[in-house]
Amino acid sequence: MKFLPLVLANLGRHKRRTLLTIASVALALFLFASLRTVVTTLAATAQFGGARRLVATNATGIVFPLPLAYANRLKAVPGVEAVSWANWFGGRYGDGKRFFANFAVDAESYLAMYPEIVMPPDQREAFLHDKSSALIGKRLLTQFGWHLGQNVTLQGTIFPGDWTFTVRAVYTPTDPVIGDDVLIFHHALFDERIGRAGIAGWYIVQIDHPDHAAGIAKAIDDMFRNSSAPTKTGTEREFQASFATMWGNVSLLMGTIGLAVVFAILLVTANAMMMSARERTGEVAVLKTIGFSDRTLFTLVMLEAGVVALTGAAIGLGSAKLLYRATNFNGLGFLPGFDVAPATLLLGAGVALALMIASGVVPAVRAARLPVVQALRHVE
Amino acid sequence: MALVEIRDVHKSFQRDAQRIEVFTGLTLDIEAGSFTALMGPSGSGKSTLLNLLAGLDKPTSGVVRVGGAEVSAMRPAQLAAWRARHVGFVFQSFNLLPVLTAYQNVELPLLLTNLSKKERDERVRIALGVVGLDDRLDHYPRQLSGGQEQRVAIARAIVADPTLILLDEPTGQLDAKSSQEVLTLLQRLNAEFNKTIVVVTHDAHAAQRAKSVLHLEKGDLIEKAAVS
Repeated sequence: MKFLPLVLANLGRHKRRTLLTIASVALALFLFASLRTVVTTLAATAQFGGARRLVATNATGIVFPLPLAYANRLKAVPGVEAVSWANWFGGRYGDGKRFFANFAVDAESYLAMYPEIVMPPDQREAFLHDKSSALIGKRLLTQFGWHLGQNVTLQGTIFPGDWTFTVRAVYTPTDPVIGDDVLIFHHALFDERIGRAGIAGWYIVQIDHPDHAAGIAKAIDDMFRNSSAPTKTGTEREFQASFATMWGNVSLLMGTIGLAVVFAILLVTANAMMMSARERTGEVAVLKTIGFSDRTLFTLVMLEAGVVALTGAAIGLGSAKLLYRATNFNGLGFLPGFDVAPATLLLGAGVALALMIASGVVPAVRAARLPVVQALRHVE
Repeated sequence: MALVEIRDVHKSFQRDAQRIEVFTGLTLDIEAGSFTALMGPSGSGKSTLLNLLAGLDKPTSGVVRVGGAEVSAMRPAQLAAWRARHVGFVFQSFNLLPVLTAYQNVELPLLLTNLSKKERDERVRIALGVVGLDDRLDHYPRQLSGGQEQRVAIARAIVADPTLILLDEPTGQLDAKSSQEVLTLLQRLNAEFNKTIVVVTHDAHAAQRAKSVLHLEKGDLIEKAAVS
């Protein structure tokens, strides 16, 4: 501790350079934490899924619908306890630029199948009994200043026109992966508005036991194999994972960019540290003359690198943690539950430590090994 | 009794293909409590001798002993610890750390000891008081005159109460008045505090303030004169 004033005084020698270096480290670790959290959030999303829920989509692709008539046939499959269905709507709000996830569901069966979607009982009743109503996540309420009973109009993109819903219920998800900024409305209204097409985007099938999942999925797919709309059925986790897989290369890209950023900042920091140490060759020689040992000088330079790296890390990682939490960031609904995890903070601290060692070790060794007589000749 | 014993010291440097012999069998004693001026032309080996005494450099052969400790045989880590305890070094160009105040500069050698903060504080104030700068504790080197900077450097050299104070051209960058102040201070340190002082100088007036003068010529001790 008694050397701290000396370390701080040395860092204060070129305040602007020190501040810029700390800012570089902070920015690098902010980006690192952000990109890593994208990856972990996607991974968490891929892990979501009730053990007893299967999802059946069109085997050709998720953008192709399935006939609504499949519902009753699915209910008849042995081991199936309940069936619900949903359809991606993709509407936009306001000036058409405000986007959040919204889809139509068979409300009663859907809510029964998703206990993770929690709302007051009276609101639930109000939503279920009003076909033109909407159930919204609590974030939308605060984000847009909506209130219960308010009419909200979405502009359809896939299904054109203005679609107006009355907010009747607000839910809070018990699992952050569900997301708290989703608008859900009645499939009956959807079906009616598009002309009784009788289509479902996907089916959710609740089964009697998780161990039966593979058998039931096969039975469903076999049942529709020769139809005009064959199905592809799997567990809800597989369904979520298929979305995450679409992001798969993005995750790799994010990780790579994160590492590249950290490496670039490592070079910047190392350069700043070496410049700083080189400028003080004479002073290092003077300190050696006073009696500072090679080890003490090595430690002092490493401490300087440590103060820069760890201060930058504290700012970068701390601001990532606080900023995303304060703004409830969720990547326009694509990254529900986005929150910098403790493991990411630990990893970031590890990166900062590595940064400290990598940027400090060369100037520290140079300071320790400085031949004092030659350096003094240079000074004098 | 000799505080410093130099026995048959050889020192040579390799510069490119050329081997430069600085000392070829130098033998010398410096008494405890003495004030010795080391004179001689450039390249005579004055600064090299000072570096050998401070343990900053090692002889090619021979023995350098200070206060009974064989400096020439110590390993680097031992030398650093020994230097911190036994040597105070003053440079021609002061070499204070510009980012530290006078107080912090003087405190530097004490950071290497086990003294408490309070004890360090007492010693720093005493050292700066001895050099007459106890009213400049919080001044940075840039806020001090050359003479004041050198006095801070002397305070830094004496604060750990070293056995030996070595000065390399301490008045080389000072005006006449400041030079006199610094030399008077050195005399006082020698007379009142019985400090053993070795000062390298080109300045005959400065050398006159010492108790004895050594003349070096091409690495040989050609004269040892007592100053009257």
